[in-house]
Amino acid sequence: METVDEFAAQGGRHAAPVSYVDDAYYRRLLDDFSRWPQVEVQEPVVRERCRSVLEREARLLDQGRFEDWLALYAPRCAYWVPATPAAADPRREVTVSFDDRRRLEDRIYRLRTGSAWSQAPASRTVRLVSNVEVFENASGYLTRSNFLIAEFRAGETRMLAGWSGHRLAQHAGQWLIEVKQVNLIDCDQNLRNPSIVF
Amino acid sequence: MNISTFSDLARRDWDALVREDRVHRSIYTDPAIFELEMTHVFGAVWVYLAHESQVPKDDDFVTARLGLRPIIVLRDMNGKLRALYNRCTHRGARICRQERGSARAFQCPYHGWTYFNTGKLRGVPWPEGYACDFKDPQYNLAQVPRVESYRGFIFGTLNEAAPPLPEYLGPAARPIDQWLDRHPGGRVAVREANRLKFKGNWKLAYDNAADGYHVIFSHRSLLEMENRGEKDPSKGMSFYAGKPDEAPMYVQYLGHGHHFKDKRPNVAKRPGALWEMEAAHPGMEHYESAIRRKLGDKAARALDLAASEPVNINIFPNLSILGNHIQVIEPLAVDETHTTWYATAVVDEAGEFDGAADDINALRMRTQEAFPNFGEVDDATNFEEIQKGLAACEDEWVYMHRGLGVPGRVKGEPDGTLKAPATDEVFMREHMREWKRLMSSPPRVAVTRLP
Repeated sequence: METVDEFAAQGGRHAAPVSYVDDAYYRRLLDDFSRWPQVEVQEPVVRERCRSVLEREARLLDQGRFEDWLALYAPRCAYWVPATPAAADPRREVTVSFDDRRRLEDRIYRLRTGSAWSQAPASRTVRLVSNVEVFENASGYLTRSNFLIAEFRAGETRMLAGWSGHRLAQHAGQWLIEVKQVNLIDCDQNLRNPSIVF
Repeated sequence: MNISTFSDLARRDWDALVREDRVHRSIYTDPAIFELEMTHVFGAVWVYLAHESQVPKDDDFVTARLGLRPIIVLRDMNGKLRALYNRCTHRGARICRQERGSARAFQCPYHGWTYFNTGKLRGVPWPEGYACDFKDPQYNLAQVPRVESYRGFIFGTLNEAAPPLPEYLGPAARPIDQWLDRHPGGRVAVREANRLKFKGNWKLAYDNAADGYHVIFSHRSLLEMENRGEKDPSKGMSFYAGKPDEAPMYVQYLGHGHHFKDKRPNVAKRPGALWEMEAAHPGMEHYESAIRRKLGDKAARALDLAASEPVNINIFPNLSILGNHIQVIEPLAVDETHTTWYATAVVDEAGEFDGAADDINALRMRTQEAFPNFGEVDDATNFEEIQKGLAACEDEWVYMHRGLGVPGRVKGEPDGTLKAPATDEVFMREHMREWKRLMSSPPRVAVTRLP
C-alpha cells in the first residue's frame, strides 16, 4: 500500500483505480505458479467448490458476460498468459497478456466499444474444463485444470488448448479468483487473432 | 487479367500491375508472384535475420527464415556471424529443429551426417560405403554468402551484387541510430516476443507499417480504451484525432523501400513528456515511484525509456522498428504471414541508471504488450479481410494514391528522401515502385560453402 499512497501523494493522474502490482506481487505469482504443491486436496466439498468456480467462469466467458466474469475475480487479481511454456518472470519478459484488474477492465471496455474489429463480430466459443486438481495454498487453493476452447469466428472453427492455474481465496465469504494463469500449448508460437479472453 | 503459371510471369508486364496510383490485386493473391518474390525480393536485398543479443556467445544459434529458406543464424565457434541453410546436404532434412540454443555441431537426425557450426561437414556414418571424397566443398552446408550486422541488427543477402549493408540502409541508418542512442550504451537486448499470424499476404503488413491514415479508424477501440476517464484525450496516439496532416509528425520515404513514420515532433521536447502520454499499465504506480525515488533528476529520462518511442522505422522487406519493438514480417505463403513483435529491454552495464534498469524493464514489458493485445489484433483482422476482399477478381485495383497530385504535399529533401504529412500514402507508392524494380530483374542469387 505504501507505493500506492506515494503515487496518490504525487497527484496520480489516472482516473482508474491505481495498480497494486509491484515487485512483491510479481514474486508471489512466480512462487505460487512455479512450485505446485504435491498433495491434492481430498475433501469432496472443497473440490466441488473449486470446480464450480472454474465451470462458471467458462460459461460466463462463453456467454460473453465479461462484467459478470470479472465479478468472479478478487479486487486484486491477475490474468496472466505467459509467452513461454515455462512461464518467465513477467518483469523481465513480455507475456501474451498480463492484466491487473484495471487492465482487465480496459480489455472489457475495448471489447464493448463496438470497434474492436478483431472481435466484430465476436467469436462464439465453447470451453471444456477438465482434469481439475486442487491443491492447498497458504491463503486458499490452487487449481490446475485443462481446457479446450472451440472458437468459431469469420467462417472458421479452431481449437485452442492448454492448461490453467487458478489461485482461489475467500473474500467476504465468497470464493474468488485471485490469479488465473493460462498456459496455451502453443504460447511461444505465432497466434492467430488472440483477442478472446482464454 | 489471369496469371496462372510461372512461365507467364517471365513475360509479366510489371508496369501494368504496379501503376503510379494503384496496384493490381494479383500481387497479393497470386501464388506464382509470391514464389517469384521469394527470389526477386527476398533473394535480392538485405533481409533482416536476427539480433545479435539473441546470439551473444560463440556457438549460440536461433532459427529464422530468409523468405521461405530455413536458416540457422549463429555465432560460430570462432565468433563469426553466419546464416547456415538448415538443410542437410545429403537428403534435405532440417538438421536443427530447436528454435534457439547453443551447439558447436549439428547432427542430422535422419542419417547422422554431422556439421560444425561453421557449416563444414564433420563426418558421415560409415564413410567406407562411399566412393566420393567428403572433403569436396559440395558436401558442406550451404550458407548465406553475405551476413552483416548493423549495430546489432543482423542482415543477410544472397545477392553478390547487393550494395554494402550501410549503403542499403542509406538514410534509414539515422533513425535507427537515434532509436538505439536513446538507450544506455546505445543498445538494447531482444527478449521474448508477442507472436502473431494472419491469413494474408506479407505486403499487407508492410503497406500498413507507416500508414497514418488507418490509425483513428482501425484503432478506435484502443484509443477509446486508453483515454477512458480522461477529460482531454491525450494518451497513446490521440494526436491522430482532428487534423493529423496538420500535426508536426510526418512520413518519410528513405529509398530502397524503407520508410519512417516520425511521431516524435508531436511530443513536447522535455524529459518525461513521452511517459506522460502512456495510458495505464499494470505496475505503473509502483515502478514509477521506485524510479523517481532512485533516480531523482534522471527519473524522467528513465521513464521515457519505459514509454513507447513514437517511431515506425521500416526496413524493406521484413523489419519494422515500432515503438520499442523489433517486428519481423515473415512470409509463409501467398496468404499467410507471421508478424513477430520482439520485445526489447534496456541494458545498463555502465550503471547510468543506478540499478533502476530492472524497474524500467518491468514497466517496459507491460507497455510493450499493450499494442499487440489491443491494436495489432485489429490490424491483423483488417489484413485478413483485405485478403478475403481481394477474392473479388473482376474488381482489380488497390489504390494507394492519397496525396498524389495534391500540390505541396510531398516534398523532396536534399538527401533524396521524400517527406509528406502523416496520412500520406507516398511511402506505399514508393516501396511498390521499388518492388516493381526488383520483380522486373532477376538477381544474381548464390549460396556459398566453406572450401
